[in-house]
Amino acid sequence: MSFSSSTAPAARRPGDALDAPSLRASVGLIAGREITSRVRSKSFLISTAILLFLVVAGIVGSHLFSTSLGDTKIAAVGSAAELLEGAPELEVESASSIAAAEQLVRDGDVEAAVVPIDDAEPGTPAVEIVGLSDAPSALVQALSIAPEVRLLDPSPVDEGIGFLVAFAFGIIFFTAAITFGGTVAQSVVEEKQTRIVEILLTAVPAKALLAGKVIGSSVLALGQILLIAVAAGLSLMLTGQDVLLADLGPAAVWFLGFFAIGFVLLAAMFAASAALVSRMEDVGTVIQPVTWLVMLPYFLIIFFNDNEAVLTVMSYVPFSSPVGMPVRIFLEQAQWWEPLLALVLLAATAVVIVQLGARMYRNSLLRTGARVPLSEALRR
Amino acid sequence: MLEIRGATKRFGDRTVLDDVTFGVGAGRLTGFVGGNGAGKTTTMRIVLGVLAADSGEVLMNGRPVTADDRRGFGYMPEERGLYPKMRVHEQLVYLARLRGMRAADASAAADDLIDRLELSERRDEPIEKLSLGNQQRAQIAAALVHDPSVLVLDEPFSGLDPMAVETVLGVLAERAARGVPVLFSSHQLDLVERLCDDIVVIADGRIRAAGTRDELRARGAGDQWELQVGDDAGWVRSLPDIAVIDFDGDYVLFEADAAAAQSVLRLASDRGVVERFAPRRPTLTEIFREVVQ
Repeated sequence: MSFSSSTAPAARRPGDALDAPSLRASVGLIAGREITSRVRSKSFLISTAILLFLVVAGIVGSHLFSTSLGDTKIAAVGSAAELLEGAPELEVESASSIAAAEQLVRDGDVEAAVVPIDDAEPGTPAVEIVGLSDAPSALVQALSIAPEVRLLDPSPVDEGIGFLVAFAFGIIFFTAAITFGGTVAQSVVEEKQTRIVEILLTAVPAKALLAGKVIGSSVLALGQILLIAVAAGLSLMLTGQDVLLADLGPAAVWFLGFFAIGFVLLAAMFAASAALVSRMEDVGTVIQPVTWLVMLPYFLIIFFNDNEAVLTVMSYVPFSSPVGMPVRIFLEQAQWWEPLLALVLLAATAVVIVQLGARMYRNSLLRTGARVPLSEALRR
Repeated sequence: MLEIRGATKRFGDRTVLDDVTFGVGAGRLTGFVGGNGAGKTTTMRIVLGVLAADSGEVLMNGRPVTADDRRGFGYMPEERGLYPKMRVHEQLVYLARLRGMRAADASAAADDLIDRLELSERRDEPIEKLSLGNQQRAQIAAALVHDPSVLVLDEPFSGLDPMAVETVLGVLAERAARGVPVLFSSHQLDLVERLCDDIVVIADGRIRAAGTRDELRARGAGDQWELQVGDDAGWVRSLPDIAVIDFDGDYVLFEADAAAAQSVLRLASDRGVVERFAPRRPTLTEIFREVVQ
C-alpha cells in the first residue's frame, strides 16, 4: 500500500462535492480510454502491421517487378547493334557471328538476337530478329516505324494509374471506416451490455460519452491512415517514383482532410445505431444501413472512376466526397474551389447528423432489451 | 439525507412503483428488501437518474437532486459489469477521474480500496480474468472509489462468500460511520437484519414498512413472550389469562398482555431459577412474510 501523504483521499470529506470536470476534460478521458484500450489490443496491432506491410510490399514489389521486366537482353551482330542504339528498355550485347548469337538465344542468355540479313528487299530493314519461341515486343517496337500521335484532349494522367489511385483511396476509406466504425459500435454495445453505462451516466453526460468515443476512434483511424500515407510516400521515394508521389501529394492531403470530417460523421452514425441494441449479437444487423453507406462510394469509384459525370456528383455528395473529390483532384478535373465547397457541405452534414446521432444515443443508451425503434430514439 | 418522495413508475399499463416514499438517513445503513420484481431495482435506478420516474422526486438534503449531486453518488447496478479488458486499478482510476478526482488522488484511493477489499494480487489483471467473487469486489470498489456522498448498492452481497461479506460489510460500515447514507438491497434477510440500522420493505411497487430495525421488530412483536426456567415449565399451561403457543420442557412461548406476563415472571422466580424472560422479537423473515401478505 503506497500512500503519499499529500494525496490522501481523507482530504475530502464524503458529501463534499467533487469539482465538476469540464466537458472537455471528460471527453479527453473517454477518448483516451478508447485509444489506449484499442492500441493495446493485439488484433489492432497485428492488423495495422499487416496493412503497412501490404502497402510497402505492394509499392516496392511492383516497382522491382516492373524494373526486372524492363531491360530486355538482346544480342546484336555487327552493324545491327547501331540500329538499337538509344532504344529504351533494351540491353544490347554484341555477338561475333550469327551462329554465336543464335547460340546465346538457345542458351537463354539473351531473349532475342538481331542479325543482319543479306538479301533484304529494298525498303525493309536489313536485319531480322531471332527469337526462341516469340519475339520481345520492346525489341519489335524499337525496330518498327510508328506513326506520330497527336492527341486533341490528352489525359493528364495515365488511365491505369488513375484507376489504381481511385481504387486505393476507395479501399483505404472503406476499410478504415468499416474497421473503426465497427469498433465504435462494439464499444457502445459493450458498455450497454455490461451496464457500465449506468455508472458512466451518473458521472458524465451522454454527449461527453459520445464525443469521447467519436473523437477517440477518429484519432485512431486518422492515425492509421497517416501511417499508411507516410509508409506509401517513403516507399515511393525509395523506389525512385517521386513523380507519382508529387502528383499524388495534393490529392492525398485533401483525402486526409475529407476523411477526418467524413469519419466523424460516420462514427457518430455507427455509435447512434449501435445504441439501439443491447447485445453484441445484434450489432451487425443494426449497423447494416451505415455499412451500406460506407460501401457505396467504394463500389461507385470502382465502376465509375472513368465517368466524369458520376465522379463529379460523387465528389459533392457528403458520404462519397471523401473518396470522390480526392480522385478528381488527382485526375486534375477539379477547380481549386471545388474541394472547399465539398468540404463545407460535408462538414455541414456532419454537424446535423452528429446532433441527430447524439439524440438517438442519449435516448437509447439506458434502454435495454428489445431494439429501440428509430422513431422513439429520435424523439426529443 | 436522501429522500424518495411519491415516486411512481409505469411500464405500459403495469404500475411497477406506486407512490414510493422513504428516506435514507446520513450515516445509516439502510436495507431495502422485497421479492423479485417488487420494485427495488427500479427505485434505485430512479434515485441514480438512469431511469425517469413518471412522478415523484428524489431529494438530497431537502432539495431536488442534481446531476452534480449524482456525480458524487456511488452506484452498483443490479447487473454487474465493468470493462472486461481493463485492469482493476486502471479501471477504478478511470471511473474516479470521470467523477472529477485528480489523477493522483484517484490512484491512491483505488490502491486503498484494492487493499481493503483484498484484491492486491489482482491489481493489474483485466476484470475478465478475475473470479466471480473478485469481480464482485472490484464492482464494489468501483462504487466506492470516488469517496461517494451517497451509496446505492443493488444486491452488493450476492455471490460473495461469508468472509468476503464481512470484508465488504466492514468497508460499508466505515463509510456509513463517516456520515454517508447507504442504501442497499438484498434477498438475504438474515444479513439485512444483522447489518442494517434501518429497513425498508417493498412489495408490488408499494412500501409496506419502513423504519429502524428495532421499531420494525417491536411492531411485529405483538404480545408474545418467551420464558426459560431451570426445571419443568409445565405449570405455565394451567395459568389463566395467557395462551401458550409453544412448550418444550423448560421452555415456553406464550401470548399475554404485559401485566399478565409480569405475573408469570414473578411466579416463575418464586418457583426457582429463571434463565431467560423476554418479549419475543420476530425475525425479519417473519416480519417480511407478514407485511408482504
